Amino acid sequence: MKGSVMCYFQTERLTVGYRGNIVIRDIDIKIEKGKILTLIGPNGAGKSTVLRTIAGQLNKIGGVVLLDRRDIQSLGAKRLARELAVVLTERVHPELITCWEVVAMGRYPYTGIRGTLMEADKRSVERALERVGARELADQEFTSLSDGQRQRIMLARALCQEPQILVLDEPTAYLDIFYKLEVLEILQRMAREEGLTVVMSLHEIDLASKISDSLICVKGDTIEAYGSPEEIMESGVIEKLYGLREGSYHRLYGSVELARPEGEIQVFVVAGGGCGTKYYRMLQKQGIPFATGILFDNDIDLPSAVALSEYVVTAPAFESMTEEQYECAARQIKKVRAVIDAGTPVGSRNQLNGRLLKLAEEMGLPVYRGMRNDKLVGIFMHGKEAENRK
Amino acid sequence: MRKRVLAAWAVLLFLFLVGMVFNINLGSVHIPIREIFQMVGNGIRLRVAAILGGDVYAKQLAFAVGGSMQAKIVFSIRLPRMMLAAVLGGALAVSGFLLQTFFRNPIAGPFVLGISSGAKLVVSIALVFLPQCMKRFGSAAMILSAFAGSLLIVFVVLFFSQKVRSMSMLLVIGIMMGYICSAITDFCIAFAKENEIVNLTSWSMGSFSGANWDHVAVAAWICLPGLFAAWLLSKPIGAYALGEGYASSLGVNIKLFRACLIILSSLLSACVTAFAGPISFVGIAVPHITRTMLKTARPSVLIPITYLCGAVFCIYCDLIARTAFSPTELAIGTVTAAFGAPVVIVMMVRRRAQGKNSE
Repeated sequence: MKGSVMCYFQTERLTVGYRGNIVIRDIDIKIEKGKILTLIGPNGAGKSTVLRTIAGQLNKIGGVVLLDRRDIQSLGAKRLARELAVVLTERVHPELITCWEVVAMGRYPYTGIRGTLMEADKRSVERALERVGARELADQEFTSLSDGQRQRIMLARALCQEPQILVLDEPTAYLDIFYKLEVLEILQRMAREEGLTVVMSLHEIDLASKISDSLICVKGDTIEAYGSPEEIMESGVIEKLYGLREGSYHRLYGSVELARPEGEIQVFVVAGGGCGTKYYRMLQKQGIPFATGILFDNDIDLPSAVALSEYVVTAPAFESMTEEQYECAARQIKKVRAVIDAGTPVGSRNQLNGRLLKLAEEMGLPVYRGMRNDKLVGIFMHGKEAENRK
Repeated sequence: MRKRVLAAWAVLLFLFLVGMVFNINLGSVHIPIREIFQMVGNGIRLRVAAILGGDVYAKQLAFAVGGSMQAKIVFSIRLPRMMLAAVLGGALAVSGFLLQTFFRNPIAGPFVLGISSGAKLVVSIALVFLPQCMKRFGSAAMILSAFAGSLLIVFVVLFFSQKVRSMSMLLVIGIMMGYICSAITDFCIAFAKENEIVNLTSWSMGSFSGANWDHVAVAAWICLPGLFAAWLLSKPIGAYALGEGYASSLGVNIKLFRACLIILSSLLSACVTAFAGPISFVGIAVPHITRTMLKTARPSVLIPITYLCGAVFCIYCDLIARTAFSPTELAIGTVTAAFGAPVVIVMMVRRRAQGKNSE
């Protein structure tokens, strides 16, 4: 035991693929016991291939996978099954099997040739069911369950195997947000309290960064990036990984916006403090290009404004807005056909936003408040008609 | 569940005994029930005594078995025939069960997969091209060539299973193989002389007639160890129901397991085809019946009961084939299909309906 931390799971120059065709090469991962490692990357990037190789279901092309410093190939199927369990995307339809029986299948590596369950095995099944909160499902037929319940049962089955490490391929797929969180919370609890090491793939980047101790980004035939969620999120790798336009993905919240409407600005939104975002999205839905301001540069409206608007007037946070910024916004208002007042409260620091609204009224521009989506169509039509008249 | 299993055992054993009595009782020569019990009891007692005590009893046994006309009918015709039907019927059912596990498809069965057609192909080739040889060795040659034919198809299917990942595709390949074999068989028959293929025609109708104790012994030596081997596989069979990925993560050697499944199931069905010709629907219908009856998928429970149920199913079907339009005897396949196919349809429809309700 060298060093202060034990590295439980490790790959060295692992190269994976099917039938000699390399999918991803030179994967070097190291994680300690009780940590959660998540693979992220676009569809078809090879996340499942990596996981299946790690789980010993697919022959590797090169390198080694070490479990507690032992090569998994040398472990033998039964030993490996006692240390490593999986939850796969493979959808199973075993007929006439109760959930209890499915979970009890996890005892396979522990039972004899007839598969008879001892008292200890039965207790282990009960405990696994309890951990995922599925005790009441025990006697139900597996095929009669909902997706969320099935996933919980498959998770219980894996836990029943009493593994040291759990490999999960998209455990949150097919689940609604409630079950997604539930599954991840179970994993987090198991990792924290029982030292279970977790290696999984997730589609939800935001959830991945929230639950994981480290992230691996998979794209092309190599590992794009590997590090703590903080490093990965700040580095801009995510946008590159999924080919996102700049600004459409918010690194801290992991929220994404649809494509910005492009063209000549038609509307100006006076916003701030989170009031503007819903209007930006309404305009985006109608395909109306717009400008917005004046936003402090820490404003909660800013991410969506950057992602969706053609032009954003910003001001440094915690300072009063300046005449310069006002002029900048006023120039935009002179170009538009309508103004939306998002309803941002006007105080001493952002009083210039109030002046912008006054300016619009003086110019005879329509100023809309408390807008609904259908009305926006009206503005747009109005704009088009005006264009036609020219 | 335990109660259900015990009940199933009790019902099937009862039906088996009743079927046994009927099988001996009915036919062109009527044998009273009391005499049946007497004769069979006597036969068994003397047989045991002969094994323990030797020659003295052996002579008595020979007399009891072959002494009277009635005893001859019972011990040389009806009893071996019934026993053969029971042994082979069970083997067919278990073979179907294993194939359904392998293909994860409820309609997989030895007949569907073309195993029977392969057997028929080789038998017909042998009869048409090697008539002298076949005449000399008689039924042994028939059995051997049927066996070879069955295994041939199995190896073709095994070969493709390395290439094709999807089980339903593999099933389709099996079905297509069956058609190809039938085509070649028909081709051979078209060029054969009438008298050469008389044997083939009667064999390919499928029947338990002409069974003797040697047949029963050979069949039992193949099928009962086969049954035991299948039962030993019940633990991985259970895990395999969760899918290949999960099974292998539990420590099942998938390749080896699948090879065991297919070889075992084809051995069983090849044995049946060799002795009794192609028999359809037992392999599909009986596992369905047992699953529905027991409402469980636990293989360690299902496999023995499937065997017994197949045996019962076949002795009744054979009884009907033999007596319904006597003296004309029906092909056993005619009866199994007539009873098996509707059972399969009804159960599939009912299970689908249940599945929908619960979802």
